[in-house]
Amino acid sequence: MANDTDLIHPLWVRLTHWINALAIVVLATSGWRIYDASPFFAFAIPREITLGGWLGGAIQWHFAAMWVLVGNGLIYLACNIVSGRLWRKFFPLSPRAFLADVLAAVKGRLSHVDLSHYNMVQRAAYLFVMVDSVLLVLSGLVLWKSVQFPILRELLGGYEAARREHFLAMAALVAFAAIHLLMVALVPRTLLAMIRGR
Amino acid sequence: MIKKPFRQLAIDGDLVLKDATKEISRRLDQPTRRAFLQRSLSLGGLSLLSGCSLVDDSSVENALMTVSRFNDKVQAWLFDPNRLAPTYPDSMITRPFPFNAYYGEDEIRHVEEESYRLEVTGMVADKHAWTLAELRAMPQTDQITRHICVEGWSAIGKWGGVPFASFLRRVGADLSAQYVGFKCADDYYTSIDMPTALHPQTLLTLTYDSQPLPPRYGFPMKLRMPTKLGYKNPKHIQAIFVTNTYPGGYWEDQGYNWFGGS
Repeated sequence: MANDTDLIHPLWVRLTHWINALAIVVLATSGWRIYDASPFFAFAIPREITLGGWLGGAIQWHFAAMWVLVGNGLIYLACNIVSGRLWRKFFPLSPRAFLADVLAAVKGRLSHVDLSHYNMVQRAAYLFVMVDSVLLVLSGLVLWKSVQFPILRELLGGYEAARREHFLAMAALVAFAAIHLLMVALVPRTLLAMIRGR
Repeated sequence: MIKKPFRQLAIDGDLVLKDATKEISRRLDQPTRRAFLQRSLSLGGLSLLSGCSLVDDSSVENALMTVSRFNDKVQAWLFDPNRLAPTYPDSMITRPFPFNAYYGEDEIRHVEEESYRLEVTGMVADKHAWTLAELRAMPQTDQITRHICVEGWSAIGKWGGVPFASFLRRVGADLSAQYVGFKCADDYYTSIDMPTALHPQTLLTLTYDSQPLPPRYGFPMKLRMPTKLGYKNPKHIQAIFVTNTYPGGYWEDQGYNWFGGS
């Protein structure tokens, strides 16, 4: 445990991070193919970037990867809470400091000297992803089993509303991933840290 | 030594399947119906997983099918035989209610009422073939429920007919059997689990919106289950059989989840 202090990301964070990344890629790309079977917006997702080939294949991928997302996500949250990391790394949240950090980030002056310390933008973004993922799972449950989860279904406004919520939560997650990857490209040390732990 | 010819045989089987499905999809001009095997790995990046060889494709396909079978079990476990799907007022019925089948509207089957007989076979005491008049003489009920398609869209419709549980009891079906299978006049076939067959909202429907079921919605009868996705609801039913042997289904055999519950 002594060299734990040198670690930016403990092993369980790195493992759950990469497993989650894989699950998200499979779920998003197969989900796009499922959306294409009956789009409710005026656009379809280009077939080339979807997974599954046809609706049945996409559903099989989607309903396999969902277990990975949920299982891995529960392990992540449990470790995060039990270890106290959740409170240590992501709180307190300060709206004022958040705005200051957003401004600094836009000006390219946000410090990344200490990767073990999350600035307010990071805290807010990572917490958002956690909440958004929970929403994705809950709305997905309503789509999969709308009759068997009546309370959840009514909370989300019914089956058709859950379809839109599931899509918008996906769009938010994909937007996060795009910004996340851009940030990693700007500060490549963060990628090393997520692989080696330091 | 035994393994090799077996594997060779399996690959031949795949080729035969490929040819057959190619032929079918060409004839029906519906590109969505090529075999799952050919298409499940078309995404550029993720096709790396497969190494693009037939054997690897099969193993990925098998893994996904295994998860799908696992999902059948989870759904059977989640299924509450007493939990009802929501019902809606007349004003919320989707008009016109969409037509949906594995073929186009120009191929809708027309079944003759006079010569029609419903075959009932398998693990049942009374195997006599039913006329429509006999079915209409049984106590009827109706319900307005949401039809959810595997494609994602949903529509609200009004179906009336005989509660399937009372029909199964009337023919003396073995209610401990695992499956109820259906064969249809449009060559569609599917099968369901016994708990869903006995669900209070599972109806052997003879009417749509208080009128005799029109051909486009499956004359003379459709099994309507608001607890299952659309493809589990067979139309133009000609034969019902109770069995412990997994009967599969038209879409299920191509990769749709068998339980297909909602």
